[in-house]
Amino acid sequence: MNALRATGILLAKELRLEFRRRELLTATLVFSLIVIVFFSFAFDPTPAESRRYGPGLLWIAFLFSGSLMLNPTFSREQTNDTIDALRMAPVPPFAIVAAKLLANLFFLLICEAILAPLFGIIYNVSLAGIVGRLAIVLLLGSLGLVTAGTAFSAISAHARMRELLLPVLLLPILAPLLIAAVSATLALFADSPVLDRTWVTFLAGFDIVFLTATWLLSDFLMEE
Amino acid sequence: MKARIPITLLIALLVCFAGYAGLFIAPTEAKQGDVQRIFYFHVASWVAMFTAFSITVVANIGWLATRKPRWDWLAVASAEAGVVCCTIGLTTGPFWAKPIWGIWWTWDPRLTTTFLLWLLYISYLLLRGLVDDPSRRATLSAVFGVFAYLDVPLVYVSNRLWRGQHPQPVYFGGEGSGADPTMTKVLLIAMSAIFCVMILALLDRYRLEELRFAADELRVEIESRASDAGALPVETATGEGVR
Repeated sequence: MNALRATGILLAKELRLEFRRRELLTATLVFSLIVIVFFSFAFDPTPAESRRYGPGLLWIAFLFSGSLMLNPTFSREQTNDTIDALRMAPVPPFAIVAAKLLANLFFLLICEAILAPLFGIIYNVSLAGIVGRLAIVLLLGSLGLVTAGTAFSAISAHARMRELLLPVLLLPILAPLLIAAVSATLALFADSPVLDRTWVTFLAGFDIVFLTATWLLSDFLMEE
Repeated sequence: MKARIPITLLIALLVCFAGYAGLFIAPTEAKQGDVQRIFYFHVASWVAMFTAFSITVVANIGWLATRKPRWDWLAVASAEAGVVCCTIGLTTGPFWAKPIWGIWWTWDPRLTTTFLLWLLYISYLLLRGLVDDPSRRATLSAVFGVFAYLDVPLVYVSNRLWRGQHPQPVYFGGEGSGADPTMTKVLLIAMSAIFCVMILALLDRYRLEELRFAADELRVEIESRASDAGALPVETATGEGVR
């Protein structure tokens, strides 16, 4: 079976599993909403202040909820030892990681597609003219987040206290991504919105570096 | 390991001499005064830290490529030695910064990068402590180590780009005061002193890991013999029975 087809089949399995119960999506969505609402108590949410602090707030909410959402990626395969079945399947290890990565990306983008407009409404930040450009930044930022996150959830799944360990491993690694994503979003929230080329390039670079590393190291991540 | 005690004493002597040289032999810096003397040990700790962390990533790759346990011992030994050096650098820095810059800390790219580097290797050591199976611990931590190493230049570049757009509260100045030849000599002495301390700590830690590995193997063997004889499980150091 070629890698692309294997990834497709595994991705379909991940999506089917999640959409049967939708528990991961619902919990993540509610959690990020709580973070976003709670930030209104951390500063005075006037429209001007919200434009300044909003990008950081949004991305910290996405990072935190992402790092929690990614936890079950591999650990839920351990409950019934289904991870062994996946390992025995005649597919390249990267196909397993890639399918999980794409599924996580899809879930995170769904959350963002709901939360970003909601953020715009409750913090009085108009997103009308920047939807397309914001989508590019969200996509590139989320891709980096789930790439590192999926790889690390394969690591933390074998450790004790894994729910706590994943954010501890993931968040420091994502510091450059946070800086780039916040700066790019900040440029979009300005009075004359621009898609900052430097930061978009940086985000794409981050994605490429981490995707390549995950691809090269996926054999080690998937081994028994 | 017979030479261990004399070598340790020799390094202790070197550290004392470096301290003396930094405090009394090196001339007083014209603008900063005596505070600048901390610089000898501050810079020296960075050199040792970079060496240690470079050894860690080489050892990580070494383990992934060869699966020889000694690469893993080297990885943990160098990561711990590197974290100690990083901590020395991060604590001596603010003592210099407060009188010179007027603040303990600033989010300058170099400082931020170092802080994150420290956090990354603390997470690395934390991960090692939370995985029980030795071979799996070595593999998973090696993968994380490679990711962490790749991240460092990205952290630096992002901070550089980000802070570059804003005026800095303070700026690095006067550090390149290597014009005085005595200062350069003192710096080299301090560097070799801290470097030797780092290597000594690294080798001791490596030896400890080696002994642990040997002890574990013996314990497994005792256990297998005991179970052959139908005896009770042997108690480990943590009080858990070994299977």
